[in-house]
Amino acid sequence: MLKGTRIQTLYNFLSIAFTMLLIGILLYTVSELPAVGDPLHPANNEVAVHYLVNGARETGALNAVTAMILDYRAFDTLGELCVLFVSACSVFILLRVDAGRKEEEVEAIDRRYEPKDDPILNKAFLFLIPAVFLFGVYITLTGHLSPGGGFSGGAIIAAGLLLYLNAFGLESTERFMHRIRYRRLSCGALGFYFIAKGYSFFVGANGIDSVIPVSDKGNILSAGLIMPLNICVAIVVSTTIYAIYLMFRKGWFNI
Amino acid sequence: MNNYIVTNLPEVAAIVLFGIGCSNLLLARNLVKKIIGLNIMDTAIYLFLAAKGYVENAAAPIVSSGAVDPDLYVNPVPSGLVLTGIVVSVSVTAVLLALTVRLHEEFHTLDIDEIVHQLRVKDREAAP
Amino acid sequence: MSLLYNIPAFSILLPMLAGVICLVLPARASRRVTNTVIVALAVLSFVLLNGFLEGATPFTYRMGHYGAPIGNEIRAGELEAAMAALFLVVMMLSLMGGRNHLRSDIGRSKVNLYYISVLFLLSSMLALSYTNDLFTAYVFVEINTVTACGIIISKEDGYTLAASMRYLIMSLLGSGLFLIGICLVYGLTGHLLMPNIQDAVILLVQDGHYQAPLQVTIALFAVGLALKSALWPFHSWLADAHSSASAASSAILSGLVLKSFIFLMIKIFFRTVGPGLMTGHAILNLLLVFGILGMLLGSVNALFEKDIKRMLAFSSVSQIGYIFCGVGLGTIAGVSAALVQVVVHAVTKAMLFIAAGGLMDASGGRKDFKALQGAGKRDVVAGAAFAVGTMSMIGLPFFAGFITKLTLVTAAAGTHDWRAYISLGAIVLSTILTAIYYIRVLSLIFGREEGEEADPEVRSRSALLAHLHKQLSMDTEYILASLAFIVINLWIGLRSDDLMTIINTGLATFQ
Repeated sequence: MLKGTRIQTLYNFLSIAFTMLLIGILLYTVSELPAVGDPLHPANNEVAVHYLVNGARETGALNAVTAMILDYRAFDTLGELCVLFVSACSVFILLRVDAGRKEEEVEAIDRRYEPKDDPILNKAFLFLIPAVFLFGVYITLTGHLSPGGGFSGGAIIAAGLLLYLNAFGLESTERFMHRIRYRRLSCGALGFYFIAKGYSFFVGANGIDSVIPVSDKGNILSAGLIMPLNICVAIVVSTTIYAIYLMFRKGWFNI
Repeated sequence: MNNYIVTNLPEVAAIVLFGIGCSNLLLARNLVKKIIGLNIMDTAIYLFLAAKGYVENAAAPIVSSGAVDPDLYVNPVPSGLVLTGIVVSVSVTAVLLALTVRLHEEFHTLDIDEIVHQLRVKDREAAP
Repeated sequence: MSLLYNIPAFSILLPMLAGVICLVLPARASRRVTNTVIVALAVLSFVLLNGFLEGATPFTYRMGHYGAPIGNEIRAGELEAAMAALFLVVMMLSLMGGRNHLRSDIGRSKVNLYYISVLFLLSSMLALSYTNDLFTAYVFVEINTVTACGIIISKEDGYTLAASMRYLIMSLLGSGLFLIGICLVYGLTGHLLMPNIQDAVILLVQDGHYQAPLQVTIALFAVGLALKSALWPFHSWLADAHSSASAASSAILSGLVLKSFIFLMIKIFFRTVGPGLMTGHAILNLLLVFGILGMLLGSVNALFEKDIKRMLAFSSVSQIGYIFCGVGLGTIAGVSAALVQVVVHAVTKAMLFIAAGGLMDASGGRKDFKALQGAGKRDVVAGAAFAVGTMSMIGLPFFAGFITKLTLVTAAAGTHDWRAYISLGAIVLSTILTAIYYIRVLSLIFGREEGEEADPEVRSRSALLAHLHKQLSMDTEYILASLAFIVINLWIGLRSDDLMTIINTGLATFQ
């Protein structure tokens, strides 16, 4: 045991030394960096100006951030969706209870924690949840015109789903969000995203003109592929968050 | 040498937060605390990144149609990168928490040293 | 030309799409889809490599309608194509060779999740070798980390859970440091694409601006990626993670995952920082010293292990040390020696892990040395593969390992200063240690079984043939994979000129 504590002390000492060294070096570095908020900061170069000036004309999105993540640098966003998908798969590997093994047992524990027909929750959420869903859908659909987009919209929709689930019980959400629908939705949305972006990468790299019309009118339909892509992102984000929640809560989907 | 430590306060704050998160990650023995430390660390990096795009007295990068004066808006690139980073850190946190749940089921403790110790004992028993 | 041009992007996107489709497929179909995708992409990668060898020039490929500096790009040249081919071939053989273990280690309902992880891991490794953009590299580094964790935990027991937790914590610390490096370099140059950053960095160096932050950025990239590729002081997670996973997963992790980070680091040093700023940088000396410490101390750790998979894992720590030693020399010859070691170690270590899996099967699933006595005679194919792997690790002539030792010694001797003395001394010492612990295992698995009198019938030729025949009918894929690994090893050992040509022409056009 003495040996164990000594190693522990050494490890703690080394960790503190490493962190202190890191902070010291980084603070020194920060003191040498260009000033924050300076319009002449090296980061505000021709790339940022191009996104702001030509973003609306070239992609149809008035929101320059959306133009960047869904068009100019769409490959990163593709990777980002993959991280989300892959982490959901890892959570499935870890937490999914194999069908039929512990089902009754888990169900019993789950029922104990679930609020049953609480009148205040039911009435309040009856008004709240439609508003939450509507807000999420609005954020998603106008992601190219105003702040927002698929990621934030999807997270809001997922929050609405979880509220609904906790107010009215699992059985009510499982009527419309079951395993098969989860798989179809996330597969369909990701598949559409891959195919749409694969098409745009292929067309772009080989110098072929894209057939998808784009205009900078600022209408809801004017941004070419960006709105459908935002919808796909929202579907993937919301179903993934819902699935991860269910995995943590009881370990499987009802069929 | 330029000395910008006063003008770079957001970045200084980010570095200090990063240090807090990093030391929490390395020193805390409880897995949940380690995960919280990791999240603080990630958040610090996003603050650091977001500070790069800030321009004083400029608006959010949502342009109106027509001619645009780029000096009126902040840099959109760091915002997009932060968005990507946040999604990545959420996903990784989910995996870490799932692992923690399973480890607790298996070993009935959240202390990583205790878990390693239990595994060593198991090894010693397995070897004749 | 047009076909060649589209291969890199296609080989990143196809595994992703296949992985998504695997979610709705049953177990067996998802295995078939995975194998088909890997074989198809391996063929395409060799077509691309062949195209470069026949004179195609390296190119960048726009991911979208807008090129540098606004859009996102990937880049392909000899080195990238060679790495992609290496990743695909080793992955295919590892999955084939470890198939029996996968069947027993992974629950039936989770097989398709395992193959999803494998496909996304593959895609991220290909993206890391082809990428021309730092932020894309960060995103795919994270995919790589999560999927690597996924293939470790598919075999569910306490060991893999604890090991993957430690792996994730170290690895995420590494990606945090890497991301700060990206933030710093973005703040200094305003670009994320590697060639644009390099141009801006050259300008900064000429003007003498921001020298200290640039040095810190380089150090952050190096330390972050070294954490993820288990350079010596950060290696503690590796032994647990690689020894507890299923045989195919161990082969993939030890052979490939570490290599993709090392290749990314070399790419950043060459294409982002530029050799001009890199040569004589203090961080290179640090990498050299830690690489040498890893070479020696990894071997010492392996010497005291009594468990075959942990021994192989510590041997990986030592071999990673060779790679960092080559990079740390700071010369083109050193980097090319490091790349040879990347290829050779990927091929050899994957073979050793697959062989170790076979030996364990022949000993009732146990992996301690006591149980393994005589296992090489019970499973002849695994014994042969392990013997070839041993020869290669020691660096005997005609085996692949000889080429690494030769190029590394030449590169080290070429520096003519203190680095030459310490690295040459370390190579000699580490080779002796490697020989000791590998030959000990080899004599053990071909030795006499304890408590049993040597059965004359087992040793007779007809009995051996009958045994082989029985095995061949039972697990064809495993035997084919082992034989393919042996052939590749000897091919690299005998025809090393081809490999050296690819690496040297690739490095020449890398900047």
